[in-house]
This record gives sequence, C-alpha cells and structure tokens, in this order.
Amino acid sequence: MIGIQHYLVVSALLFVTGVLGIFINRKNVIIILMAIELILLAVNINLVAFSSYLGDMVGQVFAMFVLTVAAGEAAIGLAILVIYFRGRGTIAVDDINRMKG
Amino acid sequence: MIQILAFYLFAIMVIASGVLTIIARNPVHSVLWLILAFFNAAGLMLLAGAEFIAMLLVIVYVGAVAVLFLFVVMMLDIDFAELRAGFANYAMFGLLLALVLVGEVIFAVGAWNAGGIELAQRVSPIPNDQPNIEALGALLYTRYLYIFEAAGLVLLVAMIGAIVLTHRRRGGTRPQNISEQVKRRPQDAVRNVNPPVGEGVQL
Repeated sequence: MIGIQHYLVVSALLFVTGVLGIFINRKNVIIILMAIELILLAVNINLVAFSSYLGDMVGQVFAMFVLTVAAGEAAIGLAILVIYFRGRGTIAVDDINRMKG
Repeated sequence: MIQILAFYLFAIMVIASGVLTIIARNPVHSVLWLILAFFNAAGLMLLAGAEFIAMLLVIVYVGAVAVLFLFVVMMLDIDFAELRAGFANYAMFGLLLALVLVGEVIFAVGAWNAGGIELAQRVSPIPNDQPNIEALGALLYTRYLYIFEAAGLVLLVAMIGAIVLTHRRRGGTRPQNISEQVKRRPQDAVRNVNPPVGEGVQL
C-alpha cells in the first residue's frame, strides 16, 4: 500500500504547478482558469488521500462538494470571459480595469 | 507491486501534464493536457479506493468542464502570441516562488506526523461489506442531505448565471412571441368580405 506522504507530495506538486501557472501566464485568463482547476484537483487528491488513510467516508463527500464548486466556478468564469471578450475584443488581464478597483 | 508501479505512473503523468498545461504555447494543447491530468488524477483516486469520485472526475471534469474550456478557447478569436509576451520575465520570479512554496510544503509534509488519531471518533468509517458508491450515497442522502441540496443550488445558480451573462438579444431577428400568439383573437385576424366580380380584394 502507498503511504499518505506520497499522495501529499503529489498533491503539493500539483498545487504548486497551479500557482506557478497563475504567475507565468499573467495575461491569459483562460490558462489562469485552468491553473485554478489544477489547484482544486490537488485539493481533491488531498481529501481523497486522507479519506483513504483515515478510513473515513467524509473526505470523499467533501471532495464531491469541491468538485461541484469547481464546475460552477468554471462555468461562471468562462461566461464572464465570453462577455468581456465580446465587449472589449481582448482577454488580456492587465487591461481589465473597467471597475477601477 | 503493481499498485506501487501504477501509483508512480499516475503521479508522474499527472504532474507532467499539469506542467505542460501551464507552459503549452497553444491554449488548445493546454486544454488537452489538462484532460490528461484529470484522467491520471482519476487513476490516483482509484488507487486510493475512491471509485465514485474517480468516475465523477472523468465525467464532470473531462466530459463537461474541459469541453467547456475547449469551446471557449476555440470560439474566441484571440492573438495568443501577444498574450504570451513577458512570459520569460514572469517565469523567473514565478519559478523562484514555486520552488520556495514546494520546499515549504514538502518540508511540512515531512515534519507532519499523524500523532494520536482517535479512529473511534470517525464520522463514518468506510464499510468493508459495501461498495464505495453505495456507502457514499448512504452518507450523502442522510447526514449531508442539506449540504447536498445546497450544492445542487450552487449548480443551479451557476447555470442561471452563465445563461443570464451570455444571453443577448440580436437585432433584426423575428423571434416567436408566444404571448402575442395566444392573445390573438379570431375577430382581429379574420375578415369576411364579399368582393364584386372582376375586382380585387383590399388587403
């Protein structure tokens, strides 16, 4: 059987890959959204690994809820992206300052 | 033995495809690498004994989310080369940060030990005589029923939100107006005339 540490290291590496993806693709929102999906995937691997390690079903239940939120987030994010592109003709993140926040 | 081999195969593949997702030049390739990452993560979860979550990952992520990404990438006409400008500048700083972060996390995992886990206090121990999906369903529809409903509500709001955001009324089209059609009465629409022979009818 594979120890929990192995799963944790894999999930940590995947998480850091996602963070790095946000950093190096600072202009491309689509890749940033994909990097966020990678981060949520890492979280899911963590939850499932602990569920298996502790022999407790709850981790898998929460992995399902994370999956739900990730799906909703992707749908809304891409919808915002599409209407932004319709209005401005670009998706460069550094130009998004319409709300002057 | 085969389990360890499969674990390392899936682990290496998931991280490699994750890295390729973020460095691929073409966003379509990025999405395809993302799909590979999801498949391999599903394999990892299968090894951990979470069959239902693994299948859900394939269905929801690969079947829905990744295809949504693919649609959006192909639908928008974007100059991706321009968006990649400054990649090298960000890459140095990003790599430095990522190395620090991964060092920290792996250090934390190494230093972590489970200590005294009180296994008797588990909320719902994994049953040995029940398939994974059955146990998950029993838990989801009893103890976590309200949270499950709330998750459904989240999906509903996301669906309505996406439709409201992207829906637009185009000018120049003549869509069906059902209330107009229902309101229409025979006396408004039909007229009996008795035209004389040899003359046309005034419309």
